[in-house]
Amino acid sequence: MTEYLLIIVGTVWVNNFVLSQFLGLCPFMGVSRKLETAMGMGLATTFVLTLSSVTSYLVHSYLLVPLELEYLRTLSFILVIAAIVGFTEMAIRKASPVLYNVLGIYLPLITTNCAVLGVALLNVQESHDFIESALYGMGAALGFTLVMVLFAAIRERLAAADIPAPFQGNAIGLITAGLMALAFMGFSGLVKY
Amino acid sequence: MLGALLVVGGLALVFGVMLGFATIYYKVEGDPLADQVDKLLPQTQCGQCTFPGCRPYAEAIAKGEADINQCPPGGEETIKAIADLLGVEPKPLNEEHGEAQDLPLIARIDEQTCIGCTLCIQACPVDCIVGAAKHMHTIIESECTGCKLCLPPCPVDCIEMLPVRVEPGNWKWPYPSAKPIIAIAAAANDEGEEPMPVIRYEDAENNEDTAQREAAES
Repeated sequence: MTEYLLIIVGTVWVNNFVLSQFLGLCPFMGVSRKLETAMGMGLATTFVLTLSSVTSYLVHSYLLVPLELEYLRTLSFILVIAAIVGFTEMAIRKASPVLYNVLGIYLPLITTNCAVLGVALLNVQESHDFIESALYGMGAALGFTLVMVLFAAIRERLAAADIPAPFQGNAIGLITAGLMALAFMGFSGLVKY
Repeated sequence: MLGALLVVGGLALVFGVMLGFATIYYKVEGDPLADQVDKLLPQTQCGQCTFPGCRPYAEAIAKGEADINQCPPGGEETIKAIADLLGVEPKPLNEEHGEAQDLPLIARIDEQTCIGCTLCIQACPVDCIVGAAKHMHTIIESECTGCKLCLPPCPVDCIEMLPVRVEPGNWKWPYPSAKPIIAIAAAANDEGEEPMPVIRYEDAENNEDTAQREAAES
């Protein structure tokens, strides 16, 4: 039980995928201009990450390992992720057309979000079992959502702030992200994961 | 080699079938976003946005083909509501499509002059003009949207636009907001001094009300 808790804490705070491992920076910079959008993106990614983490674990340990086809790992993981993203896209389009329009190209781009493939591959590398994989995926996604929401909230305030001309727009965004990463370094060394 | 092909092919097939079923299950009827935008538009069907009515304009907005600032009857409020819905920045009304109307207007036919030509009936987008050939026409006031489309076809210019009369039925409390108006004192500028900003507070809604009442009385 403690171990599972540590996985969650580890992936959300200590080894946050965005701010410590620098995975998934594209939606982090791309859809963080508005709080609602960032939340929507966070939830969509949470769904995709958890599901793809579990599914790719199943594909790896029940299909690839018994057939000794581990070299197909990346290919089949991408296949799994693409299918899940396609499904998520349909579900969001049905449930919330506004969110669908706002997320736009970033929704299908979850497929190429390196955090998603990263989680699937790290699961294999760290030889997680089924529950650990699910928690690892969910923790990574929660961490992603957390920093997305924090960053979007900061950027909303930055939009109204008096920023010198050379720093306006993405420049101040990147500096903010860097400062956030520094702050998250305060968690480092707490847990192994 | 064959095993690898089978595994990848099999996976692709399974996911393909699953996605196929999901497509049927999550089928979207019509365009729900266009529906939501359509609800925010004033439904004057005036065509000033260059689209043949509010619904086509809403569909164009939903597709991203039209800008959100092409609706003069809706004015600032509609633009703001659509911007909120779509999560984009509101922008000022595009003057090419017409000026925003401060007062809601309705048309009135001068029945003495009307020759019963039916041209305005054909132009009216909401069918609020009643009449027949060689018979006097009149306007159903509650249906008129104030789009001014009946003005150009009238051969005797017997239609005029009047502000909506303020009556107990449609009167509302004035909004409490007072808009600060910053006017630069022009006189100070002539003498080469720094312009002094003067801040006046004006209750915009009140003025509108009195303007409406005056116009209705005259």
